[in-house]
Amino acid sequence: MRQLKRFWPLHLMVLPSLVFLLLFSYLPMAGAVMAFQDYKPALGFTGSAWVGFDNFRLLFEREDSLQVIWNTLLIAVMKIIFNLLVPFAFAIFLNEIRKQLFKRFVQTLVYLPHFLSWVILGGILIDILSTDGGLVNRALGWFGIGPVFFLGDGSWFRFTVIVSDIWKEFGYGTIVFLAALANINPSLYEAAEVDGASRWKQTLNITVPSLMPIAIVVGTLALGNILNAGFDQIFNLYNPLVLEKGDIIDTFVYRTGIVSGDMGLGTAVGLFKSVISMILIVISYRLAYKLANYRIF
Amino acid sequence: MYHKTVSYRTFSVFNYVLMMLVALLCILPLVHVLAVSLSAKSAADGNLVSLWPVHFTTEAYQKTINNPAFIRSIGISVLRTVSGTALTLLLAFLAAYPLSRENAQFKGRNVYAWIFIFAMVFNGGLVPFYIMIQKLHLMGTFAALVLPGAVNIYLTILMMNFFRGIPRELEEASLIDGAGSFRTLFSVFLPVSKPAIATLSLFSIVFHWNSWFDGLLYMNQPSQYPLATFLQTVIIQQDMTTLSLDPKTMELISQKTVNAAQIFIGALPVLLIYPFLQKYFVKGLVIGSVKE
Repeated sequence: MRQLKRFWPLHLMVLPSLVFLLLFSYLPMAGAVMAFQDYKPALGFTGSAWVGFDNFRLLFEREDSLQVIWNTLLIAVMKIIFNLLVPFAFAIFLNEIRKQLFKRFVQTLVYLPHFLSWVILGGILIDILSTDGGLVNRALGWFGIGPVFFLGDGSWFRFTVIVSDIWKEFGYGTIVFLAALANINPSLYEAAEVDGASRWKQTLNITVPSLMPIAIVVGTLALGNILNAGFDQIFNLYNPLVLEKGDIIDTFVYRTGIVSGDMGLGTAVGLFKSVISMILIVISYRLAYKLANYRIF
Repeated sequence: MYHKTVSYRTFSVFNYVLMMLVALLCILPLVHVLAVSLSAKSAADGNLVSLWPVHFTTEAYQKTINNPAFIRSIGISVLRTVSGTALTLLLAFLAAYPLSRENAQFKGRNVYAWIFIFAMVFNGGLVPFYIMIQKLHLMGTFAALVLPGAVNIYLTILMMNFFRGIPRELEEASLIDGAGSFRTLFSVFLPVSKPAIATLSLFSIVFHWNSWFDGLLYMNQPSQYPLATFLQTVIIQQDMTTLSLDPKTMELISQKTVNAAQIFIGALPVLLIYPFLQKYFVKGLVIGSVKE
């Protein structure tokens, strides 16, 4: 009782957040029972018929849903790999810039695309990638290439999605690497210098190993995103022409569950994704803790 | 010594050029949009514009600003961004203080932490969420844009980690002087939390300004759309029919230069606040991510 008296203001402080979490996180989790129902909005959760795992069976039997899972994995894995490697390399290059003003100028510009939404960037990309006179195809034309159907051809669409995502996020991704670079003890470089090591040797033997712990953290934490291929981006770039190779789990859930009203199937696909993602996130956090002593909470 | 070797100097020149090109690559698309928006309609439609306006005119902006649907959507976005950010900040600030305590100092802290963590790693999915908004009678209301995202767990963790960096003596002194927890939080922690609050604000402002999907899902009529949803509909979906506009406005919206002007205005607030808050978010982000 004395505990409660002393700590009630602290409980009170968490209370508002808890109410919101209950309403908008935990209640929808309970709503996921729809995945096991033939959900009819008119009948509600209590009235709709239970169908067991039928919706999940459908998920693994329908050809389009299997294709969607494959698309998601392919796009997400490529994004994870390149969104680790490009910032890693870019941070090392940027770290060699000695003029602080120039360095800050570069940093300011490369962080920027992260803060613009895929609606804005989608609008811009659709324009500059268009085949009738888009800026990029005009530029390719000077070299006698093209026109390339970046957003209208399935294979090119995947390529475009991956490259434009790297373009948007690589700058932001360098922030943690730059912070780690700033923490390297300068005496390591001085000692290597005395031993006559070239800058290339110093990079290989000091810089790269120093960045490995944070690279491991970034890489393992990204594992949890293996089923997130980027809803905002795909939704704003795709069109019926590239549906087969560009459709991902999240866009599929939106179209089947909300637009077509097949709520049971939509929920099942979403739940499947949530469960796998949660398992992966837990594994990746454990790994990050073991490998690099990383803790989030 | 390596600074003076020929090979390093060659590399250095190459590196400066490379960094310059990469940096420019990040804003050239925006420069192009700006150039198109300030060009004459005929030049834009004929694909004559690259990075500099052709036959400079501000006509597209005048048309955009005279479009009531566009202006109204900006108003909704501003209202949403201001109220949503205020709410998120308040909730994160309040919850982060108890969560920043050790379990020994605040029994129950770990229980709360797990409630937050579980909500972060697991969710019911889009469809149950959609149904929940319906059942709570939030469809077509402004609250549907602000309330569901009010607790931002990631930002709460950022705030919590920031609080942990504040010396405990500061808090103890205040508690010994007889201040309660609320008093301590608001008159001791608040003044020293400016960098963290600036970081949280930037993330929250950008989040709300950029959000478009909830508008599409939960708003019944296009007249309730925030700007991002409005732009998504007219520029990406090019779906003028749902917007129930008169033919004159429809013709105006489908013009390339007007599209460019609308995109640029949509990006403008982010472009304006971003440079001022940059130094804070880099610090804030590192506090939240690189932690021993």
